[in-house]
Amino acid sequence: MPVTTLNGHEIHVNEEGFLTDPTEWDEELAAALGAQIGITLTDEHWNAIRFLRKDFAETGETPTLRRVSTVGGIPIKQLFVMFPQKPAKKMAYIAGLPKPVGCV
Amino acid sequence: MTNTDASPAIVPNFDSEAGPGRKIAFICSKGSLDMAYPGLILANAALGEGVEVHMFFTFWGFDMINKKTMGDLKFTMLGNTATHMPQGMGGLPGMTAMATSKLKKSIADLDVPEVPEFLEQIVASGGHLWACRMSADMNKLTKEDLYDDVEGIISATDFIEITNGAQVIFI
Repeated sequence: MPVTTLNGHEIHVNEEGFLTDPTEWDEELAAALGAQIGITLTDEHWNAIRFLRKDFAETGETPTLRRVSTVGGIPIKQLFVMFPQKPAKKMAYIAGLPKPVGCV
Repeated sequence: MTNTDASPAIVPNFDSEAGPGRKIAFICSKGSLDMAYPGLILANAALGEGVEVHMFFTFWGFDMINKKTMGDLKFTMLGNTATHMPQGMGGLPGMTAMATSKLKKSIADLDVPEVPEFLEQIVASGGHLWACRMSADMNKLTKEDLYDDVEGIISATDFIEITNGAQVIFI
């Protein structure tokens, strides 16, 4: 498993670059991860990222887009605006979590 | 694993390999509950991957976008050997209703939405819904009878034009 350094954080990632140890994550790192994929985190982004972290801590799974919308209360349309093209994967990446596995 | 030399940051490539411009057309031709879901689930997944999605509802698939039927699609055991039940049972009164409610429950348990809400999610994700002209004419239906987010009633030729270059999935 590769070790990579980002903004002075030494992190374990998989071959794609997703963190493999969610405990290595903090909010400062999230900002750096966002910057890596061209996303500057606003309050709205943080709202989504914090929901992902909280939900993952509770369920052990990265929430799907649908769950972020129905449980997290952020409309899907807005998620596509904030994290263009591949919102579920981009949110998971910034939140230091694995890609969601659910189909819907 | 023992090598802890930090290498440069590995960043996921979120630009799809096929590049922007990948496009998938789903032709939904069935109106039973079990056959409505494959198209909905795949279309939704494609949108989540940044793929342009067009859904074309034709023949029985019209039931998925007809306001009168879209919330009330049914599942029957009849002619479906994959239920692994004696076929005769499927013909008993009430069996289709029972099979439908059982399937609906299994789907809801996975937090997968019902058809109208699923279409809403697909549209919110940027998907395009199209109704087949011939199916509308055959059933004497107009745009008012259809789910509000259906963009238009179009001919087969229009659909072929719109989906120029798309990958096509027929369901």
